[in-house]
Amino acid sequence: MTTSATRSPVPRDHPASPAARGADGGRHRTSLFTRLFGRQPIGILLAAPYAVFIAVIFAFPIGFAVYMSFTDYYFTAPGVTVPHPFVGLDNYKTVLTDPAVLASFGHIGIFLILNVPLTVALSLGLAVALNRAVHFRTFFRAAYYVPYVTASVAVVAVWLVLFRSDGLVNQILGPLAPDPSWLVNSTWAMPMIALFVTWKQLGFFILLYLAALQNVPKELYESASVDGAGAWRSFRSVTVPGVRQATALVLLLAIVTGANLFTEPYLLTGGGGPDGASTTPVLLMYQQGIQQGKPSTASAIGVVLVILVLIVALVNRRLTERSER
Amino acid sequence: MRPSRPSRRYRHGVAAAVLAGAMVLTACGSSGGGSTSDAASAKGPIKIWYSNNEQEIAWGQQVVAAWNAANPNEQVTAEQIPTGKSSEDVIGAAITAGTEPCLIYNTSPAAVPGFQKQGGLIDLSSFADGTSYIETRTGELAKQYASADGHYYQMPWKSNPVMIFYNKDMFTKAGIDPTNPQLATYDEFLATAKKIVDSGAAPFAIYPAPSSEFYQSWFDFYPLFAAATGGKQLVADGKSQFNSPEGLAVANFWKQIYAEKLAGNETHTGDSFSDGTAAMAIVGPWAISVYKDKVNWGVVPVPTAGATAAEQIHTFSDAKNVGMYASCTNQGTAWDFLKFSTSQEQDGQLLTLTGQMPLRTDLPTTYADYFAANPDYKLFADQAARTVEVPNTPNSVEIWQTFRDAWTSAVIFGKSDVQQTMTDAATKIDQLASQT
Repeated sequence: MTTSATRSPVPRDHPASPAARGADGGRHRTSLFTRLFGRQPIGILLAAPYAVFIAVIFAFPIGFAVYMSFTDYYFTAPGVTVPHPFVGLDNYKTVLTDPAVLASFGHIGIFLILNVPLTVALSLGLAVALNRAVHFRTFFRAAYYVPYVTASVAVVAVWLVLFRSDGLVNQILGPLAPDPSWLVNSTWAMPMIALFVTWKQLGFFILLYLAALQNVPKELYESASVDGAGAWRSFRSVTVPGVRQATALVLLLAIVTGANLFTEPYLLTGGGGPDGASTTPVLLMYQQGIQQGKPSTASAIGVVLVILVLIVALVNRRLTERSER
Repeated sequence: MRPSRPSRRYRHGVAAAVLAGAMVLTACGSSGGGSTSDAASAKGPIKIWYSNNEQEIAWGQQVVAAWNAANPNEQVTAEQIPTGKSSEDVIGAAITAGTEPCLIYNTSPAAVPGFQKQGGLIDLSSFADGTSYIETRTGELAKQYASADGHYYQMPWKSNPVMIFYNKDMFTKAGIDPTNPQLATYDEFLATAKKIVDSGAAPFAIYPAPSSEFYQSWFDFYPLFAAATGGKQLVADGKSQFNSPEGLAVANFWKQIYAEKLAGNETHTGDSFSDGTAAMAIVGPWAISVYKDKVNWGVVPVPTAGATAAEQIHTFSDAKNVGMYASCTNQGTAWDFLKFSTSQEQDGQLLTLTGQMPLRTDLPTTYADYFAANPDYKLFADQAARTVEVPNTPNSVEIWQTFRDAWTSAVIFGKSDVQQTMTDAATKIDQLASQT
């Protein structure tokens, strides 16, 4: 469209444009309208449903959670008016001095250290392999995706059977099997959850990488090959930079979903066991906010979690941006 | 090319709008309507929820049909309680939203203090015959269900006094007399449990859920504690009762069970008793219909340190009650229906259709014909007169979670000293119980 670039169009609200002037010249009214609604007011209309969705589903709950975290709040029946006194940072002091809460953040740290690198490495490696596979490509793609779309409850039951003390894994390991067994072992409980989540979500992340791999120009591989690069060098110098945007997304999603861990410790390790070795902040939020009727402290945990996730995501973004440069 | 950043003014505008929206909605959240004094006598259609198991659905359908046939102007609509992580979560959310029905026939006594604090429950004592009806029907046991102000915010409805079920075939295989198993004292129980496991009759002697949910201690510690103390609750008069010689003896008994691998400490999928993983289970009479075609079972009271006579042993009630909820507008009808559904006739229907024990006095004599025809249930009916409920105290769920965490650490996984852990838990629970 080079012609449009050579033309010198008159902006719709340009003073010289007759359409922009009203009976009194219309200059002031038009500029105020433009300032309020922009040059394309229909855009606001089109974006409004999503903006409302964001406001209702995300902004309001977050704002309300922040409010609750600074008050002594509990849920009441409609029509029951109770004071919700402002308590300053008391709820934050309570949760940040609670050993169980601190331990739960530590558990999430262990989880992320294991889960995120594993997720990136395995999903990228398998996506590259699947991208090159000639035979059974569809079968393997479906096979990796099945755990992702299967209900956690069903998959957890299989893992419980596999990793119990007399399960298949320990029978294979024989004397090398840990005692107590994996899911009731304080050392192994959190790594097992990390492994489970990595395995379960792998299919989704493989799909992301497969999509990204379609956008890596084949010419780059040919050039690398002409320059004498082997498969590993090609992978490092062409594939990894070529899917960097996808890697940033995978990292972000893995961090966010990992920080919100609930189902796995609830089901796989019997409610954060053994002896609280796999509790997570969201599990404690459920216990305190829903079961124990203390939404204020649950909200404080949630706010701290959001802040920590934002910090980690920000650091992740800075690092990926730096490597892009 | 990176998209341009929104201007600072724009970002501030968005933030302000979000905050303002949150504040407006927050203000909206504090308002709403409530029940009026007229509601207490109002008559008209009502809605109820009942449990979603097959037997209670059958009972619920027949009681509603019987009422509706006789009361065309006060029709009752019944639904199964919606599914959620637990009934208590569902009810708590419904109270907050104002969408709960008039009556819920699945109200856990442990959740009542929380629902009461939410303003979600109608005080049944506010009805002219409220207290007298409850106390006449349930007798002395009713007192356990009264709140701190002495009023009843729940109708004691049915109990499932837990006892020790045992698999007669497995006991025979282990060389134990199935007609007179030695399970009365802790020592006898341990010796019998060892025989079962050592003989290979079953992988485990018993398998209470080892998970960390707050209510799991109702099925390992609490029945034995009730038996050991002659019917004490976990908390009485704002003070914890379990950090006592009896409570510690119960804890040490279970610790030995776990340490010697007579009970499993891993999450078990399925029912360990019916699938043959364990030779014993601590369950109430609801399980009879479940086990009848699967296990050749017998039943005995829970053990005590000494040989307590069976007719003196207390146990945990595992009761479910009926609550009348705040959004109910036709409370007059709701109260009438509540009395109708807990009448002698309907309690008989409940017993017949579900095998669960109505919380009323003189159960064995009132339904003598039923127990003569169904002798399996007779022991439970006798036991029902000596049941202990969870304490009706502030922070009830948090208290039980605190206890469960201590129990998991010291008893199930043996990670900490029993006495010290129980002392620490008692200190924290005393603080929780003293809060209003």
